[in-house]
Amino acid sequence: MKNKIVKTLEYLERLDRRIIFIFIAAAVTFPLLFPMNIDFSVTPPVQSFYDTIQSLPEGSKILLSCDYDPGSLPELWPMHVSAVRQLCQKNVRIICTQLWPAGSPLAEAAFDEVAVGEFNKEYGTDFVNLGFKEGREVVMVSMGKSIPSTFPSDYHGNKVESLPVMEGVENYEDLDLIVNISGGLPGTKEWILQVVTRFHIPLVSGCTAVVAPEFYPYLQSGQLKGLLGGMKGAAEYEKLVGKIGLGRRGMDSQSVSHIVVFLFILIGNIAYFATRKGKKK
Amino acid sequence: MRREVPIIICFLAGFFFISDFFIPQEGWTEVAHRVNQWAIIVISFAYVLGVANVVRVNSQVIRKRGNDWKYKIVLLCGLALMLTLGIGFGIQKGTAFNWVFMNAIYPLQATMFSLLAFYIASAAFRAFRIRNWEAALLAVTAVLVMIGRVPVGEMIWKDFPNFIEWIMNVPQLAAKRAIMIGAALGAISTGLKVLIGLERTYMGGE
Repeated sequence: MKNKIVKTLEYLERLDRRIIFIFIAAAVTFPLLFPMNIDFSVTPPVQSFYDTIQSLPEGSKILLSCDYDPGSLPELWPMHVSAVRQLCQKNVRIICTQLWPAGSPLAEAAFDEVAVGEFNKEYGTDFVNLGFKEGREVVMVSMGKSIPSTFPSDYHGNKVESLPVMEGVENYEDLDLIVNISGGLPGTKEWILQVVTRFHIPLVSGCTAVVAPEFYPYLQSGQLKGLLGGMKGAAEYEKLVGKIGLGRRGMDSQSVSHIVVFLFILIGNIAYFATRKGKKK
Repeated sequence: MRREVPIIICFLAGFFFISDFFIPQEGWTEVAHRVNQWAIIVISFAYVLGVANVVRVNSQVIRKRGNDWKYKIVLLCGLALMLTLGIGFGIQKGTAFNWVFMNAIYPLQATMFSLLAFYIASAAFRAFRIRNWEAALLAVTAVLVMIGRVPVGEMIWKDFPNFIEWIMNVPQLAAKRAIMIGAALGAISTGLKVLIGLERTYMGGE
């Protein structure tokens, strides 16, 4: 009997990773099929993100920089769509740029779904997609001098200066806020270092959960006005904006899968300590 | 001269951009903006070099029937296809380029990223063994943040999210800021060494 327990513990300590994969797959899939709708509150960084946009007067001009690609789309798409939704609710003029080459179609898709689909906003008048420009930080700094000369034509090939949405917009001084959806580098950190500290324009950011802790120092110093960290941040933000989306729906899956990971860590440690005692003897 | 000229160019370019940060005068920023426009054009040419390099490296492997040569064929075909579609027919909505992007690249990249969930779970199972005091601290903090960051944490304890925010705002932030300041000082000293020519490895061979 004792031998059997020891063998089981040894098996658990060296558990095949494919078994872990099966449990994680189940933990992700089942809550999506059978939602539990566990309630949650809104954390201060998310509340600040929402409040910063909410405090913009109608007709304000903002820069929305969608610096990500489909790799981080599961986490960032829900917050991207919600941000466009809140900006449209506030009737602000959106000037959209991308510093990641694969970000342009995603920006277009978000505008189609929300700005055009839900709010009947007009391209060129209420919002514009300036597209992708290579050059990372150089592009950020260059926009501080002139946005139209950095992006002479938009994603659709229109002359930027001729678009009504760009009327009175020359550089950052003419903008009220930067909203950055960031999948990595270049992203939020570069916007803070190159633009916020230099041109003194407020910035809010939505980023993947894995990099969110990196931005807490900037959040505390006030260089970042609000932060959405990963899918949880997106889910809280959806709650504030008032339309449940993929972020909220993903929360049950994330809850269950985190519990499963925790249980595996626990089992691994119990097995480790139990077998270690035996090995020492 | 082969060493002096690049060092002088590096010095002038470096200090020009540093001075642009501290001298926000109209004429100065105008020149800096013009140089930035040049930089954007030069950086864009890196894509041409990148494509040429990908073609060169992978064609060699295919020619020599090296490791995974069949995958290299797929890579080069994909590259040729996207270049042809993008340059030939445009990248906007409704084009073939956009269709391939939305229906192939989009799901493939999202799938690759999603696989991380499985690998992280497996890695956490093996890495968070409490072998010593430091490992215990790491494992306990990781578990707390992991549970506190999802709604189920709040279900267990109402103040769990506030406790996690405290961890993020106090111990995490203190350590992160110390690392950032240390790294920034290191970056400044390395930058200065490059600008004044003490660090020359970027020229190769030294």
